[in-house]
Amino acid sequence: MYSLKEKSVIQLNINGEIRDVVLSPSDILMETLRGQLGLTGVKPGCENGDCGACTVLVDGWPVKSCLMLTVEAIGKQITTVEGLKNAPIQKAFIEKFGFQCGYCTSGFLMACHALATIHPDPPDILIDDWLQSNICRCTSYEEIGNAIRAVLSGEIS
Amino acid sequence: MIPFDFEYYRPDTAEEAVSVFAELEAEGKEPVYYGGGSELISMARVGSRSFGAVIDLKNISECKAMEDRGNGFYLGAGLTLSDLVEWNGFPLLSKTAGRIADHTMQCKITLGGNLAATIIYRETALPLLLSDAKLTFAGADGFKEYDMDTVFRERLLLPRGEFLAGVMLDKGFFSLPYFHEKKTKNEKIDYPLITAEGLKKAGVLRIAFSGLAAYPFRDDKVEKTLNASYLSPERKADKVVKHLSSVIQSDLSGSAEYRKFVLKETILNILDTMKGV
Repeated sequence: MYSLKEKSVIQLNINGEIRDVVLSPSDILMETLRGQLGLTGVKPGCENGDCGACTVLVDGWPVKSCLMLTVEAIGKQITTVEGLKNAPIQKAFIEKFGFQCGYCTSGFLMACHALATIHPDPPDILIDDWLQSNICRCTSYEEIGNAIRAVLSGEIS
Repeated sequence: MIPFDFEYYRPDTAEEAVSVFAELEAEGKEPVYYGGGSELISMARVGSRSFGAVIDLKNISECKAMEDRGNGFYLGAGLTLSDLVEWNGFPLLSKTAGRIADHTMQCKITLGGNLAATIIYRETALPLLLSDAKLTFAGADGFKEYDMDTVFRERLLLPRGEFLAGVMLDKGFFSLPYFHEKKTKNEKIDYPLITAEGLKKAGVLRIAFSGLAAYPFRDDKVEKTLNASYLSPERKADKVVKHLSSVIQSDLSGSAEYRKFVLKETILNILDTMKGV
């Protein structure tokens, strides 16, 4: 049985690299990624699981990092927007104007990237279901939809 | 940020989990079992819940299993709602899971966490109530299986120190005609004003609700009314609304009077949809 009772140094797999972090059991993944590892593409928004700005991938699936204990990430592969490294969806957001202020962009990118990877040929209803996890207060939804559809159709690769 | 410290345990077996719970309890550390954790983290963050230790159940094989066991289909309580959506073996359960919170949250919320939540909706209970599911509890005496309707009465009746390991489903329910109607106040992703869902087994309609009252439920009298061949649909809907009026809640999503109006329309719609199946 694994246990963590007090602040300790542990290792996490972040964006394909093994990174040391000093961790308390009550630490939240979003705060660890930003505060200790400088991965500020993970955005704090509502910090209540509603907005999706802090979305990261955990073993390829989108998860809101504001509602995950860092200790839960031990043994899992965590990907932040910094780990996408010129994925097609990033190019699509630029070409299809998928952002305005940009604060929500990294969260949307992670959700879109996961969708394109897990369901490369999704029906429209599935695209809607996945993207409704994120909020864009600039209301770029039409353009974000165009961006993910451009990737899924192969228009942008 | 969670404003207090606690210890974290991730047992590999149910025996370890129950044992460490008892030890921590004896030490006065107020342990909690931990599934997806979204509710516990949310409540801890705002100071409405505190605990001295969490016992994460997600590494226990019985909590992760998804398998056909011949006499039934077993789903571990640690499976996420997203797992259930992707599986889609019991379409009503998958549909229900896919309408709780949003997709990304479905990748974190577990079946067990939703059933045992303090939030009043606990919508995964509905297909389990409707399909006569059996729940497996893990405790000091090992695993024990209970009928859903004996251990889920308004909420999950878990003895202190025990946890929900999984649910056993009767595969005979998987292909039955069903309906699922979730009505929210505004946005698609929201808590239910009313979620009504059900299925038809051997020509008999079963129905269960969430959001209508302060707990999810199935009601014998409602089902008898809906299956009474001598009543018109309009009369059935009126009788159901009247019968449930004492438990229908008022909250920010809608007044009791508004819920009664929506309930009647929902029932009429369901009766029309299900009459030919």
